[in-house]
Amino acid sequence: MFALLRSLIRYRGFVFSSIRNEFVARFARSRLGGLWMIIHPLAQVAIFALVLSSVLAAKLPGIDNKYVYALYLMSGILAWSLFAEVIGRCLTLFIEKGNLMKKISFPRITLPAIVVGSSLLNYVLLFLALLLVFAILGHRSSLAVVWLLPLTVVLLALSLGIGLVLGVLNVFVRDVGQVVPIVLQAWFWFTPIAYPVTIIPEQFKSLVVFNPMYSIVTAYHDVLVYGKAPEPQQLAIITALSVGLLLLGLFLFRRASAEMVDAL
Amino acid sequence: MTLLSVNNLGKAYRSYRSEWQRIARWFYLPVKPSAEHWVLKGISFTVERGEAVGIVGQNGAGKSTLLKMITGTLQPTQGQVQVGGRIAAILELGMGFNPELSGRQNVYHAGGLMGFSFQQIDKVIAEIEDFAEIGAYFDEPVRTYSSGMQVRVAFSVATAFRPDILIVDEALSVGDARFQHKCMQRIRRYQQEGMSLLLVSHAPDTIRMFCQKGIYIKDGTIEKMGDAASVMDYYQAAMVMGNAVDESAESSLIADEALHDNRDAKFVVVDKASGPVSVNITCEQGYLQMGSRMTVRITTQFASDWQDPHVGFGIRTKSGIVIYEANTYTLGGKLRPVKCGESLAVEFSFDCALYPDTYELMVGVADGGYDRGSFKIPLFFDQSMLVFEVLAGSVPGWSGMVDIRPEVSFS
Repeated sequence: MFALLRSLIRYRGFVFSSIRNEFVARFARSRLGGLWMIIHPLAQVAIFALVLSSVLAAKLPGIDNKYVYALYLMSGILAWSLFAEVIGRCLTLFIEKGNLMKKISFPRITLPAIVVGSSLLNYVLLFLALLLVFAILGHRSSLAVVWLLPLTVVLLALSLGIGLVLGVLNVFVRDVGQVVPIVLQAWFWFTPIAYPVTIIPEQFKSLVVFNPMYSIVTAYHDVLVYGKAPEPQQLAIITALSVGLLLLGLFLFRRASAEMVDAL
Repeated sequence: MTLLSVNNLGKAYRSYRSEWQRIARWFYLPVKPSAEHWVLKGISFTVERGEAVGIVGQNGAGKSTLLKMITGTLQPTQGQVQVGGRIAAILELGMGFNPELSGRQNVYHAGGLMGFSFQQIDKVIAEIEDFAEIGAYFDEPVRTYSSGMQVRVAFSVATAFRPDILIVDEALSVGDARFQHKCMQRIRRYQQEGMSLLLVSHAPDTIRMFCQKGIYIKDGTIEKMGDAASVMDYYQAAMVMGNAVDESAESSLIADEALHDNRDAKFVVVDKASGPVSVNITCEQGYLQMGSRMTVRITTQFASDWQDPHVGFGIRTKSGIVIYEANTYTLGGKLRPVKCGESLAVEFSFDCALYPDTYELMVGVADGGYDRGSFKIPLFFDQSMLVFEVLAGSVPGWSGMVDIRPEVSFS
């Protein structure tokens, strides 16, 4: 594990330049450039808000901002977009970089590090845009926002753990790459992001706790919309789970990396 | 000092009844692979500091697999690779270049991929720009480059820092001739400074030029290893005679080896017979001199009927560089069909434009010419059938290998 860390530090220059290059390359020759990264999720929020707000507006208790649904939606999407991006990119990471891995000898751990870095960059930009929109909509953020720091770390660990496991499996069993987007889509709708948890039928409510993204998204709602600290017990459980998954992902990655090039 | 030592290296690709079994094995479950396919087995050799080693072999013989294990992209199934220095590999020039970024940015990126920090690249970026010689394009996006320009930049980065071992895989056959020469020069300079070279090529002449040691890989094992010239001879003989090179071909090469030692001896008019083929060189004076008319006469006795037999010859230097090679087919001739037991004599006459030195005569006989000098059935081939010497006569007014007889004019 320390060897992984050491090679990451030695290749930090490569990791940083890859993140920057990815960013530059994605928006080269487009007029709005990096703005697109914020426009996409914000447009999604706008569509949801337009379609669903009148249906759901009445069911969000405790906040007397008439744009409360938009606030609620944006907080959830902030968390979900990081989760989905890290998993989605890890999923095809080793297949896409297969040629590079076959031809050039460099520490493979830099590849997921680049994914984490560039997803984090998108996430921070989206967060800044969110703060701006919150201010425009007249919502005062409280100090509870600092909770986002540990929350982001936990969310990253969770996403990277799942992403690594799926990414490694996808090299050997390509069906994984087909199934995951479907599962992710279903997962999004089974997580209270576009709707409040209160509309979940009573008999299913006990099942919700088995969804790790439920705890995370709820924490994001607490911090960003309700301005209060997340529930400590929930946070502890999800932290333990995320660290466990991350360790599993790294273990699998290490065990598989010798055979990965053979299968690519 | 041994820089690279490869010890009993082997690579097997394992397949499982189901991929899930493979995954189960990572969790230390006892699962047996359903099949093992060995592509490389029992490879051992060493590379000393400053040594150049050439590797030849047909496609699929396992050369690339070997290189990948040496560079570390592929994990060996068996044996070890011990490396005592930094390896740089020019396997795929321009790998990892991003088309939207400028040449300069890509240089930093590629350098990072090789494990160098920005500060280290800062120090050599001017030199890289200089060596690539692509002018203002260096700051343009790579997508606007021609493939030659990409190669220039890629080679410049790959060799910006002198590695301890440089691995070159065919890559030098790209780019224009002038740049190729520049690359060769840089490689030679590094070699003099103590860099070791591992060269993989389909062109034995390149290996003869650069390498002291040769390795011929066939079907995943080392078929022959030794000094570059003799291994390349063996390889070429194997290629020409198909895969049916038996021990007798090897022994004929050993016989030639003995001939090499006699190079000091003066050959005036030489002749030699080897199995069904006999050769002699004659000229008007009775000895070979720069500028004299010489005739190579090749007589073959055929062991069966052939419809379209052809005879060829070539001249090469001591170090194995081919100066000239042609045969009755490429020269536009057609011999007559022959019957079993019949003999055929072919003469090639030309002015000897060679610089005074000793040369080797290559001789080949084959049937059924097609394309640009390929043959359906090779019958006989000898890399150095005999050695002959060209005498100076008068002091030559030129140096080099071949007299191109330039006309001089003033204005």
